[in-house]
Amino acid sequence: MSELASLPRPLAPFMAFGQALRASGFAVAPEQLNTFIAAVGLLGPKSLRDVRRAARATIGPAPERCEEFDALFDEVFLGHALTAEAFGEPEDMPTAYDAGEFEMMPDAGEEDPSGAEASLAERLFARRFDGDENELLRVFARAVPAALPRRRARRLIGGKGREPDPRRAFREMLRKDGEITQLPRRIRQMRQRRVLLLIDVSGSMKAGTDGTLRLGHALVQAAEQVEVFTLGTRLTRVTRALKHRSRDQALALASGLVADWDGGTRLGEALQVFLSVPRFAGFSRGALVVVLSDGLERGGPEALVSAMLRLHGLAWSVLWLTPLAADRAYRAETGALKSILPMIDRLGNGMNPQAIAVEILGFSKGRRMAAALTA
Amino acid sequence: MTVRRSIMGIDGPEPLAKSLRAAQYIADEGLATAAYLALALGKPLLLEGAPGVGKTEAAKALASVLGRELVRLQCYEGLDASSAMYEWNFPRQMLAIRQAGDAYVNLYSDEYLVARPMLQALQAPRDRILLIDEIDRSDHEFEAFLLEFLSDFTISIPERGTVRAAERPVVILTSNRTRELHEALRRRCVYHWIGYPDPVLEAQIVMMRASIVAQDTARRVVAAVGKLRAEPLAKPPGVAETVEWAEAATVLNEQGVPWPRAFARAIGVVLKDQDDLAFIAPRLDAILMGTAA
Repeated sequence: MSELASLPRPLAPFMAFGQALRASGFAVAPEQLNTFIAAVGLLGPKSLRDVRRAARATIGPAPERCEEFDALFDEVFLGHALTAEAFGEPEDMPTAYDAGEFEMMPDAGEEDPSGAEASLAERLFARRFDGDENELLRVFARAVPAALPRRRARRLIGGKGREPDPRRAFREMLRKDGEITQLPRRIRQMRQRRVLLLIDVSGSMKAGTDGTLRLGHALVQAAEQVEVFTLGTRLTRVTRALKHRSRDQALALASGLVADWDGGTRLGEALQVFLSVPRFAGFSRGALVVVLSDGLERGGPEALVSAMLRLHGLAWSVLWLTPLAADRAYRAETGALKSILPMIDRLGNGMNPQAIAVEILGFSKGRRMAAALTA
Repeated sequence: MTVRRSIMGIDGPEPLAKSLRAAQYIADEGLATAAYLALALGKPLLLEGAPGVGKTEAAKALASVLGRELVRLQCYEGLDASSAMYEWNFPRQMLAIRQAGDAYVNLYSDEYLVARPMLQALQAPRDRILLIDEIDRSDHEFEAFLLEFLSDFTISIPERGTVRAAERPVVILTSNRTRELHEALRRRCVYHWIGYPDPVLEAQIVMMRASIVAQDTARRVVAAVGKLRAEPLAKPPGVAETVEWAEAATVLNEQGVPWPRAFARAIGVVLKDQDDLAFIAPRLDAILMGTAA
């Protein structure tokens, strides 16, 4: 606040408005505030309506957040008091947790101080992995680099394409006095799409989480650009732990990081936290997003729906694997899952690591079917 | 930031709205403000909205108000730099080499440069407006590339050096919001969300666009479309559909179809999805009832 005091007085509300917006999660760049101030100067301003219109045009809130934006505007420029509960952070939002390089070795059993002032009784305990599916994981790791979806790169490179490469042909001709013996061709480069694996580690998914993390490890090792998060009452990024070559070491690290094994399910809120961290949300942009969850949501589905709507907009495709779909007669019936069906490209079987591996290998652009399980 | 208070005699949102109206486009207050600010601040204008609310029309109207040519770049997945910026005319270059023989020929002169929309806009910013249409259809790589273009307004051609615009060209971007645009792109633009117009405004638009439609018909059509938009349809009708429906119903009526039936028979211009039609069919009369009174 001390910097605000040194500003010319008329500018103070504009700066305060920027800060209020940022506090509520609007991304406002300094440049946008400058533009806003310039715009207000341009418009006169004859009335506060001009100021509001300038704010809307230059800061450009997404249409679904317009009301919130206007309320903040009123608060700063008109001095209206806000109703506290409307925009404040809900007290028991799940917290995001990303272990940096320096905290790679948490003591087993120690609660992470940064996480969880959750009001629910989180059952925090670390646990050990066991089991053995070496052969499956080996086969999966060999097949997956070729099977993952690809995107076209913007760059054309020399290759055996159909399209002639005029630039190289021309250079060739300059070198050879205008004659050309072979027409160079070019081809569009292909890159693997990012893959984002979101693993539900809540109590109802208990049976499968060990196997799933092992599969996640195989995926991280075999493919490029893979990110793995666990969702429960908390959001935890385990990619860095899974980057360890040795599977046992990686899983030991990961199981130490994840503190909310077998806790309650707050999928929607955990996803919202995931999306509210820009760096995390960026992982899902243009990516193949694989969610491993039974979609059994505690409480209403609104948080999950709004989070999935955003995720659907960001991602290339969303593949939702639920262990319940192992039964052929399965139909999405829970309210939460039913309401997010339109945001999912395929609802598949996530019964065991083998089924998950089959789904991931089989899901490429050509076989992107509409959710076969919709009612 | 260079600020021009008046552009071709337009010195505020209200005069701009008036000129747009003269160009057959009815802009609400928000759009006029955003467009004026974009012109005055020299920033690109980003228009978002559902399909058919008149985003592209707004760009066309703005071009005609400013008396400039509209250069349109339609985005699609896989749009590459050579079709967006410039290309060398290789066949002509090769012919030139053969004709020249031993003589020197400058192969990288204007003669062999094929300018695509973005370069065209840079070359003559005073005569052209660049419309980058449906940016949400392009891929992320193109969007990232656009960032550079929109902040500097330069294009570098390795053989020629950098082309710089004499002044900031007017650029309009539109998006249907089928996916979220990058925050960095939104930040560089003046933003406006075009929603469905309110009934009074929409009736005015129908009257302006389709001169054969009577005022009463326009009002009825707008009311019916308003009800249709409230239904959970796959493709809610846009403003363009409203205009077409009013026009089609009027034509049918002139050929002797009585009023409520004319609306029902022309339903195909409004709802263009079999599932939507089947969904609405049983209640179509009820929806039209209020309008046929």
